[in-house]
Amino acid sequence: MTDATLSAAPAAAPKPRASLLIADERTRKRNAAESRFRAYGLSAIGIALIALVVLLSSVLTDGIGAFRQTYLTLPVALDSARLDKNGNRDPEDIKKATTLTYGKLLDQAVQNTVAQQGIAIAGLTEKDVSDLVSKEASAQLRNRVIANPELIGQTVDARVLVNGRVDGYYKGRVSMDSAARDSNTSPAQLQLADALKDKGLLATQWNWSFLTNPDASDQRPEAAGVGVAILGSLYMMLVVLVLAVPIGVAASIYLEEFAPKNRLTDIIEVNISNLAAVPSIVFGILGLAAFINFAGLPQSAPIVGGLVLTLMTLPTIIIATRAALKAVPPSIRDAALGVGASKMQSVFHHVLPLAMPGILTGTIIGLAQALGETAPLLLIGMVAFVKNFPAAPPEGLFDPASALPVQVYNWTQRADPAFFERASGAIIVLLVFLLCMNILAIFLRRKFERRW
Amino acid sequence: MPVSWTLLIVLAMAAAGFAIGRSRVLAAAGGDSRRLHSRTSYYGWNIALFTAVPALFLIAIWLFAQPQANRWVLGAAALVLAAMGLFWTLGRTTPQFRARIAVEGFVRGLLIMCSMIAILTTAGIVFSMLFETGHFFRQYPWQEFFFGTTWSPRFGGGSQLGILPLLWGTLYISFIALAVSIPIGLFAAIYMSEYASPRLRGIAKPLIEVLAGIPTIVYGLFALVTVGPALRDYFAQPLGLGSSGSSVMTAGLVMGIMLIPFVSSLSDDIINAVPQSLRDGALGLGSTKSETVRNVVLPAALPGIVGAILLAASRAIGETMIVVLGAGAAARMDLNPFEAMTTITVKIVSQLTGDTDFAAPETLVAFALGLTLFVITLGLNVVALYVVRKYREQYE
Repeated sequence: MTDATLSAAPAAAPKPRASLLIADERTRKRNAAESRFRAYGLSAIGIALIALVVLLSSVLTDGIGAFRQTYLTLPVALDSARLDKNGNRDPEDIKKATTLTYGKLLDQAVQNTVAQQGIAIAGLTEKDVSDLVSKEASAQLRNRVIANPELIGQTVDARVLVNGRVDGYYKGRVSMDSAARDSNTSPAQLQLADALKDKGLLATQWNWSFLTNPDASDQRPEAAGVGVAILGSLYMMLVVLVLAVPIGVAASIYLEEFAPKNRLTDIIEVNISNLAAVPSIVFGILGLAAFINFAGLPQSAPIVGGLVLTLMTLPTIIIATRAALKAVPPSIRDAALGVGASKMQSVFHHVLPLAMPGILTGTIIGLAQALGETAPLLLIGMVAFVKNFPAAPPEGLFDPASALPVQVYNWTQRADPAFFERASGAIIVLLVFLLCMNILAIFLRRKFERRW
Repeated sequence: MPVSWTLLIVLAMAAAGFAIGRSRVLAAAGGDSRRLHSRTSYYGWNIALFTAVPALFLIAIWLFAQPQANRWVLGAAALVLAAMGLFWTLGRTTPQFRARIAVEGFVRGLLIMCSMIAILTTAGIVFSMLFETGHFFRQYPWQEFFFGTTWSPRFGGGSQLGILPLLWGTLYISFIALAVSIPIGLFAAIYMSEYASPRLRGIAKPLIEVLAGIPTIVYGLFALVTVGPALRDYFAQPLGLGSSGSSVMTAGLVMGIMLIPFVSSLSDDIINAVPQSLRDGALGLGSTKSETVRNVVLPAALPGIVGAILLAASRAIGETMIVVLGAGAAARMDLNPFEAMTTITVKIVSQLTGDTDFAAPETLVAFALGLTLFVITLGLNVVALYVVRKYREQYE
């Protein structure tokens, strides 16, 4: 009695099997299960790839707007009676004129331009006209005049930012309907903008200042940029590079080449593999407790961020470096020792140079990881609003700064939806940096990798 | 005297020491380097290292312990130390001096110190959190922290700081994340290692790994801007389950996407480590490929896969930015996945950012939360590493 006869028993007249070429019921079932299984696998890969595409495309479509900005070009009469009351063009006197004064000049200029162009729109209030220009524009104009006092008394062509709502109108974020419900803009203001655009005075252009401007306050999303954040991130990467790479490489050399097999070595190794898996926010707590509360380093400073990220990237660098050292064949070491080199000489003169490409690749990947890290930086106060650029290193390392990923977080906490566009734009900048670093790592690996 | 000047002077002294030591020892040997114990540059290095390294350490430690230190006192102390090192080693520099051994011993000491930093970091983490957690438990009873079911910090006093709602949110979100990432990651790994052509594998594997290289803040923004509103408009509101953009489901889904490459690359390694002979045996007996995978490969790889899942779970529990932006801030214990809930990491961030008062239990509780988080993830990691290591030995 076999299984086959058992299962076939209740059938009335068991048909003789026709041919091997015709699949029976059970084979068909098994084949169906097989193709189902394959489909599951394929769809899993498909879902993962779709998720990647949706993620990247949503960030890109949201963020690309941050790189374009709407500007209004208009003649501004820089009235010398208001800007330089003494008439001596003394820089100190000129600095006394506040942004308020410049704001009035700009208001006047916009009103004049509207009148000159003969634009008449029903329901257009004076406030609509003067609010067309960003609140930041007066500060920019003031800086321009302070840098160049001869302009006073002349009528200059100024290219000024328009307010965030009008800018959003040209990027599809604001519509006539939403403007009607919005206290910061009105349909008439948007019509005015359209009219100015028809006259060629208002245009949406490529926005370099997004990359160079510092952060701006809640009411002026149109002026916000990632300049300070890029610089802060750069400073932190410098600290990580200077500290994590030598320490990481030295630690791996010791553990891989010199360490005796004893308890201490075991403890160190277990520690490193555990540190690699500790949640990043725990490093933030360490940074807060050790560097800020205990050591008294300043909050928001790139040096603290750099130190925290150094501790965080060390395990990554150590693991990569050890793998690279392990990949160098023992024959190299033996040959060096055989011709009379000391152990230290064999490592530093022969093994380390051969492991260099692997170490570099691991380092770059560790740096990329550190560049994108946010959570520990929130705890050490990098999330503060910073408008001033930090000074040059080394003193600048102690000045307050922001960092790219933290700037993104900061902007997501603001009320104005225009900041979401800025946040996505900052992410594009961050991803471009990461992409460059990864391409460099791949390039180094391709170019220098040796197979023994 | 700014620190950078001190640094420059110390380095200049070391460089000068290198040159002087080298030339002096060579002159003492009558210009014949064969009469020296070590190669000439070792005599130079000996002086340079003993001059620069102790002084640099002094500067670093002093600045760390007392950042506002008088720069002149600091500079003077560093220069004195550097000069002492310089003259001491210069005095020892004779042709008989075993310079190479001295240098190598010094370098070895430096290497050991560098590798100790890992231990120092761990000790720093544990002690800083233990210390502040001790402060916290002196002001707030531990029973109410671990078993309290209400989280409502009030800076006026009388706050209730029970961890259970946070723990519930953390576990719920992690559960959803794992429910998303384990099937997808595992099937992707199986398909890539058992079925895919080398070409598909060559394209899909790096692309999936791109997901692992994307910073978590990007996922957080994705949750906040895209996934949250979409879930709210198409699922939660039509089904009448809630009207919040940030929810357990949002954070869980996005975190699941983040964990896909983590699960898939770990499982891929483990499935590839299963010996080919097991597959050949099963196929030879007439099983289909999927039967081989289900009945032979997966059971053989199971301990490793469990290890990978535990590692993914520890990642999910410690993840911060996705839940900060996607899960909301309301501490509640609820089963509805479309409600906003909160996690341990979110509360650590919210208690420690902004104006903080390090004497108040509302701030100190963050350290207790951090310690809890550290212990949970450490436990998961230790178990996972143990399982993975034990399994690897099986087939080697």
